[in-house]
Amino acid sequence: MKRLYTMLSVLVLASMLLAACAPATTEAPATEPPHTEAPPTEAPATEAPPAFECTDAIGCVDIAPGEPIHIAWIQSVSGATAALGQTNVNGGQIAIDDKGGELLGHPIQYDGEDSLCNAEGGQAAGTKIVADPTVVAILGTTCSSEARAAMPLVADAGMVMMSPSNTNPDLTNPDHPDHHDGYFRTAHNDLFQGRVAAEYAFNELGFTSAATVHDGSPYAQSLQQVFADVFTELGGTITAQEAVNVGDTDFKPVLTTIAAGSPEIIYFPIFEPEGNLMASQKCEVSGLEEVSLMGADGLFTSGFPTTAGSCAVGMYMSSPYVAGDAMAGFLEKYNTAFGEGPASGFAPHAYDAINMFFAAIEQVAVVGADGTVHIPRQALRDALYGTTGFTGLTGNLACDENGDCATGEALAVYQLSQAMVDGSEDLVASTPIWQP
Amino acid sequence: MRQRFLNRINFTDIALGIIGASLVGLIVVGSFKTLAEGNYTTRQWLDFVVFGVAQGSIYALIALGYTLVYGILRMINFAHSEVFMSGAFTAYFAADAMAKAGFIRSNPFIAILILFAISMATSVFIGVLVERIAYRPLRRAPRLVPLITAIGASFFLQYTFKGLYGDQFKAYPEVAALKGSWTWGDLNITRIQVVVILSAALLMLGLYLYVQYTKTGKAMRAVSEDKDVAALMGINVDAIIVRTFVLGAALAGAAGILYALTFRQVNFLMGFIPGIKAFTAAVLGGIGNIPGAMLGGLFLGLFESVGPILFLDGLNVPAPYQLKDVIAFTMLVLVLLFRPSGILGERLSEKKA
Repeated sequence: MKRLYTMLSVLVLASMLLAACAPATTEAPATEPPHTEAPPTEAPATEAPPAFECTDAIGCVDIAPGEPIHIAWIQSVSGATAALGQTNVNGGQIAIDDKGGELLGHPIQYDGEDSLCNAEGGQAAGTKIVADPTVVAILGTTCSSEARAAMPLVADAGMVMMSPSNTNPDLTNPDHPDHHDGYFRTAHNDLFQGRVAAEYAFNELGFTSAATVHDGSPYAQSLQQVFADVFTELGGTITAQEAVNVGDTDFKPVLTTIAAGSPEIIYFPIFEPEGNLMASQKCEVSGLEEVSLMGADGLFTSGFPTTAGSCAVGMYMSSPYVAGDAMAGFLEKYNTAFGEGPASGFAPHAYDAINMFFAAIEQVAVVGADGTVHIPRQALRDALYGTTGFTGLTGNLACDENGDCATGEALAVYQLSQAMVDGSEDLVASTPIWQP
Repeated sequence: MRQRFLNRINFTDIALGIIGASLVGLIVVGSFKTLAEGNYTTRQWLDFVVFGVAQGSIYALIALGYTLVYGILRMINFAHSEVFMSGAFTAYFAADAMAKAGFIRSNPFIAILILFAISMATSVFIGVLVERIAYRPLRRAPRLVPLITAIGASFFLQYTFKGLYGDQFKAYPEVAALKGSWTWGDLNITRIQVVVILSAALLMLGLYLYVQYTKTGKAMRAVSEDKDVAALMGINVDAIIVRTFVLGAALAGAAGILYALTFRQVNFLMGFIPGIKAFTAAVLGGIGNIPGAMLGGLFLGLFESVGPILFLDGLNVPAPYQLKDVIAFTMLVLVLLFRPSGILGERLSEKKA
């Protein structure tokens, strides 16, 4: 009997809850979905100006007066790659601050989701972001693996996404299934980065044999392959192309097998913390004492030299290099806003990406008489694909029909010094030793 | 006689036998081909073995914590990997301070002992806390309940430490006294590896003697045999269980420092993979058995470092080290096929199983 009462009361409670919720959900006008024919929003009794008719193939975003223009980010802001992701987010924030936080008279809403530098995280963050129809454009992603999972969702939702740090060649290769409409990047393509690294190793350093290591991620896998291809093409030999797992800590066995082929340089374009461990363990493997190390932009963070330790002194790294007065001004603003310099090399790329969004939105947006802004999604895509002669921090940008917007000017080779390992010099703020 | 034997084998046995035999065949063929090709010198083979033993010693120390608790409570303490992490992560701050003050440079031996003390104390504190809060109230609950609690405790601890110390990787200072290596003929061994292997061996020997020859050790073995009867014999079961957790956690704290000295990076997620590996090692050796955990750890370390190259290089598998976990777990399956309770595992009686 007692049990029956309990159940009854639970039921009553549940129905009360439902009743309380129900009217609210039916009443709320729900932020307009993107595909509707732009219904005049519930603005206070408008005198119906010539109603905006959305003729865009994939719909429009309508922003009522006072409502924000929503730009989202999908970045890896926690865990081992947080330095990359957070710097991207911050770089974009500076661009918004420069605009005064307003675009076409609307405030800018800038928020996002953590994507953890893996495909699962990219998919989860992508799903979350595209569920919000007010999102106009996305600054994303940090890692190429995330873009691979998130981009199909973003493309389906009709949004545009621009990455400051994805470098995997497949993402902008029109013949590859990972390529989707609406994807852009201000980061360099690894076809270029891998070539620069291989040319530097062969031509400048005079090495003729090299070994590569990747971690199974699309970024590392393709980058080391480009390096290996170019290095062989130049006349060098690749002694081994090894692979490790993300999460491994002991790399001495794999380094020993590499030592058996006696290469002159090991190219390991992987991420933290595996890259740091590998760099520090090189010195503990006999036969590798004199072998040089080379990494790529995934390891190019302020924290890398101290965790890799003295063994990494002399290591080469390819990474973005941006200089000039505009960049100096940007760094100053970044420093004031966040109390420290950028922790990785892609902050200016993020800044440029957001500014390209602004330019394209201003170009295609239709402003109604009451101040409502309509942004046609396909037109926005086309405007971005058509970007030419955009003067950004990272150079003179022009997007090609596949979404590659970087010109490749902004890349250079750096070298780790003892001062960086001791923590007295910042790797990211250092001057490169070579530029292609 | 022969008829009876034939009647006893069934389809599953045959299938498992075939799988086992083909795996063994593959391993033998691969190993022979690798050795015949002779791409690696004796010195490099010895290096692989040394790496494996050093890594295995750390696994063994952690594995002991799993095995001790399993032996007494018949439960898997999945929060043990966080007990391991908590010590090394906390000791980082002491290590950093001592490095900045120059103390590590002037007194490396004392500095490392201090680190061990801090790490072990923290781990013991966390281990006992977990036992008191998460496990003791559930002592009489069905067996799956503490298992789920353990997983919950593990997440709770991970994110508590993330909240306390942040989510960035922290770099342990380099200890100048531990740099360099010794060479005897073809055998080359770094000082860190010597420290790791020796301290692990000493700690394990100490634990073995403690369990075999002290009164508490005897009581622990009695509780592990049968809790209720032990209680009737006047043993304070709760106190013995706490001591077991203290022992396991102290070893994990020590393993944490050895890990940090070797890899020089700590983070709130650092316990996860070593924890899984150590649990595997405990199962491999025969869970509940102390020498078994030591042996299992060493074997696992060796499989991981020697296995990929020995078994796969000759078969022309590209990038064999990507498959090192596959190798390690294949070996686990093989051992369990032939010895279902692990290398040194006893046949479990009805009551314990």
